[in-house]
Amino acid sequence: MSEMTYRDALNLALKEEMRRDPTVVVWGEDVALYEGSFKVTRGLVAEFGEERVKDTPISENTIVGVTIGAAMGGLRPVAELMTVNFALLAMDQIVNHMSKIRSMFGGQTNLPLVVRMPGGGGSQLAAQHSQSLETFFMHCPGLRLVYPATPADAKGLLKSAIRDNNPVIFLEHELLYNSKGEVPEDPEFLVPIGKSEVKRSGDQVTIVAYARMTVLALQAAEDLAKEGISCEVLDLRSLAPLDDEGIMASIRKTGRAVVVEECWRTCGLGAEISSRIFENCFDILQAPVQRVSGLDVPMPYSREIEKICIPRKETIVQAVKEVMQGKF
Amino acid sequence: MPNEVIAEFKVTRMSILDENGIADVALMPELSHEEIRKMYELMLLARAFDQRALALQREGRLGTYPPIMGQEAAQVGSAMAIKPADWVFPSFRETGVHLSLGYPIAQIFQYWSGDERGQLTPDNLNIFPFCVSVGTHIPHAVGAAMAARYRRDPIAVVAYFGDGATSKGDFHEGFNMAGVFRLPVVFICQNNQWAISIPVKEQTAAASLAQKAVAYGFEGIQVDGNDVFAVYCATRNALEKARGNGGPTFIECLTYRVADHTTADDAGRYRSSEEVAAWRARDPILRLERFMAAQGFWSEDYGREARSRASASMDEAVHEMEGFPPPAAADMFEHACASLSPRQTRQQEGL
Repeated sequence: MSEMTYRDALNLALKEEMRRDPTVVVWGEDVALYEGSFKVTRGLVAEFGEERVKDTPISENTIVGVTIGAAMGGLRPVAELMTVNFALLAMDQIVNHMSKIRSMFGGQTNLPLVVRMPGGGGSQLAAQHSQSLETFFMHCPGLRLVYPATPADAKGLLKSAIRDNNPVIFLEHELLYNSKGEVPEDPEFLVPIGKSEVKRSGDQVTIVAYARMTVLALQAAEDLAKEGISCEVLDLRSLAPLDDEGIMASIRKTGRAVVVEECWRTCGLGAEISSRIFENCFDILQAPVQRVSGLDVPMPYSREIEKICIPRKETIVQAVKEVMQGKF
Repeated sequence: MPNEVIAEFKVTRMSILDENGIADVALMPELSHEEIRKMYELMLLARAFDQRALALQREGRLGTYPPIMGQEAAQVGSAMAIKPADWVFPSFRETGVHLSLGYPIAQIFQYWSGDERGQLTPDNLNIFPFCVSVGTHIPHAVGAAMAARYRRDPIAVVAYFGDGATSKGDFHEGFNMAGVFRLPVVFICQNNQWAISIPVKEQTAAASLAQKAVAYGFEGIQVDGNDVFAVYCATRNALEKARGNGGPTFIECLTYRVADHTTADDAGRYRSSEEVAAWRARDPILRLERFMAAQGFWSEDYGREARSRASASMDEAVHEMEGFPPPAAADMFEHACASLSPRQTRQQEGL
């Protein structure tokens, strides 16, 4: 194990997989010379050359389109979109092609590709550059979607995503790039896609979270422990497919749930997860499931007002207290 | 100080065989009578497929079908220049290309009958399933060319699309990337003059579609799309250039969609019968017949016999298609992902 940042863990995953498999290539806007807008591709062009690490024109739809073509052509491309917000330009390629080609082609081709996209709010980047669009991708069958919370998961999930034969959308939280944690050095360390992880064990209430929300949930759980409330923090890690088994096992242990989502509340992933909990665990639930969500507004530019729009430790603590008092 | 000329360009049109069936000997490609007969018979096969598909659709045995009538030279001529190792990304109106490359006829009928298994491409063919979305496969072809280049595979990639696709972002972004990376890809546009009800002059203010390639830094050429020899030559030249690392080419085949956009369309509502009649007179099959007759290797008897063989192939293919068992509902999950999610597995089991 060695301590490193979420950014360096992602970078290491890319390097290890490129060393391991010559069909892994990386392309996107500013990924080569500039080494990525968030420096995740640092050192790649120096080690692997311009043929494997390519800067592309600013054409998000076609960056995803050529990634699909190259994956059908025998490569394992990893595309970077500068942020998830620009994925909206590529939604036709993502939804109409990436997610469906395997099915429409009768399984004659796999799509072993990854599209990485930084996302999330909290950097005072205003309405069009602070979005949490994870639910958009979850809705569409045929896509894998992962969103790590820790450096170790960032490394292990990216390596698994590159090796997976399904198309994988890999979200990275912009506010986590500098966060640090212990990361296994083993180049065969993989985190399975579709498996959640209990990041803190507890027995009175489960906080279901992902990415930066997991970090906040752990802070909330720490505070709540001081007040005598024992929280289990379940980090989803993969949003598609969702780990029903892991979620239900935790709820069956605690009997209460708070789902934390950074995205908008309406049709958010919290609604989907709450519904699954009600479908599967209604018999043992001791209180209605609570959701903590982003507010249903375009993100304000003002730093102080933006804070109100995104779940915080305090709002999670509040929701846990409500669910602890809640009854049917 | 006068403005400096920083770029000048010209766009040319290639034609070899005129409407009367007279070929420009100097430009004529080296093709044996046997090869020309093959082109002719493939064009007849394409037309026979079209006529049979329209009849079957009217009987309710096929779904919505996009006819190719009038575009046989553009399709057969270009496909004849493609080598088996090259990769082809077709749109949905390229039946003549499929037939020329040897795609099983029964499977093409199977697809249009509503059975996606018709798109399961035989192992010896490098044809990707055709793209019904307009122009969205252009980036896939560009990506496949990137992969071919990376694998040091000396092939070319061909993408087919229509005039309507030249207004799509995928076309412009894909062309741009193909130009920037000088990729081994040949773009073939069948400019059949109509994108459903939109004539090409409302699709673009440019004098040609071919010239759009110039802005992306590579060659664009217009060819008479009803002249099978010109289409063949232009495609062969472009493919050789691509395989030899000379970068992409855009070929605009000037042709005409004689029939409706699809069986769900009535083109009589938006275009004149005079216009259609004028293009019928430029029929690519008639033109080639005239050439072959003048050269002494076409006769009424041969023409009749070749048509009859094409029709018999359709009888056989339709019979084969009707013997395919219907797809099973559970199969829809089979290839949805490389591995199903637990929920998908439950849904599949619950059918």
